Amino acid sequence: MSYALVSLMVGILLGAFTPIAVPVAYAKLFSVALLASLDSVFGGFRAAMEETFDNTIFISGFFANALLAVFLVYAGDHMGIDLYYVALLAFGLRIFQNLAIIRRYFLKKHS
Amino acid sequence: MSSLRRSRISISFVCIVLGFMLSMQFRIAMEQRSSLPYQRTEELSARLLQTEKERDALQEQVAKLEEAAAKKAAEPSGQQTIQELRMRSGQIPLTGPGVIVTIDDSKIASKAGDNQNLYIIHDDDLLKVINELRAAGAEAISVNGQRLVATSEIRCAGPTLSVNNVRSAPPYEIRAIGDIQTLENSLRMRGGVMETLRVWGIQLEIQVSENVTVPAYKGVGAYQYARPAEEASS
Repeated sequence: MSYALVSLMVGILLGAFTPIAVPVAYAKLFSVALLASLDSVFGGFRAAMEETFDNTIFISGFFANALLAVFLVYAGDHMGIDLYYVALLAFGLRIFQNLAIIRRYFLKKHS
Repeated sequence: MSSLRRSRISISFVCIVLGFMLSMQFRIAMEQRSSLPYQRTEELSARLLQTEKERDALQEQVAKLEEAAAKKAAEPSGQQTIQELRMRSGQIPLTGPGVIVTIDDSKIASKAGDNQNLYIIHDDDLLKVINELRAAGAEAISVNGQRLVATSEIRCAGPTLSVNNVRSAPPYEIRAIGDIQTLENSLRMRGGVMETLRVWGIQLEIQVSENVTVPAYKGVGAYQYARPAEEASS
């Protein structure tokens, strides 16, 4: 587990000291991508708990989810459909669901 | 073993990307928060600068005008002043761009029981038109050849109107010298004089001309009662 935390810290530091900033116009897309990635990570965590973790599914899900979400929101913007909130809601719901399941596994393990 | 290592590498990679995105998002949020009030300040200071510039320009104008006024006051007997006063008092005919407004009684047959008075022109209709023209900056106005001066009256005299104590019957022709656009627009304004009078069928025609001649005031200008007061208090 520690190597995951270490690499997370490395990523945070990397992001903090990168001179490039995301333009404000794309901030919306970026936040959707972030939420999609968070969702994938929690999904992977849950899969690890259930011992059904699959490396390929995890990696492909991480990137495909984020990219698809960004693409959908971008396309929706151009078609006049605000998919941004839909994406936020969907990913948010899944994150909380996964969190609840993870919590239950923890409780089961330690009781 | 190799599969475990591979999964570790991929998980670390994913975590690095996630961390990167997290801190990026954090920075975006920070930037947005800090930049909005900043932009507002910029905008306000720009506006302040502009207003200050405007104020300076206006002050300069005031100074210039005051100087000119002082110069004029210094030579009250100047030829130009006399000419201007004569123009103002209507002693000489004037010409210039302006409008000719023709007003005639309503051609609509009044319905039974309707007030007939509403369909003919009254002094106040004419006064409204003239008031509008004056508000639009008309420099000289005449009604049926009678120049309007400071003492001119417009009042009903039976079926006719009396201007400068000269009676005339409709149609009335009002000539006004001034800015053509402003004069015309002031009458054609929505809910303005023209629209109101049209309701009663009173015919109002506006003719624009580059060369409107307003005749001189024909009455006598002698003052019988008024005399200049001593300007002691000024």
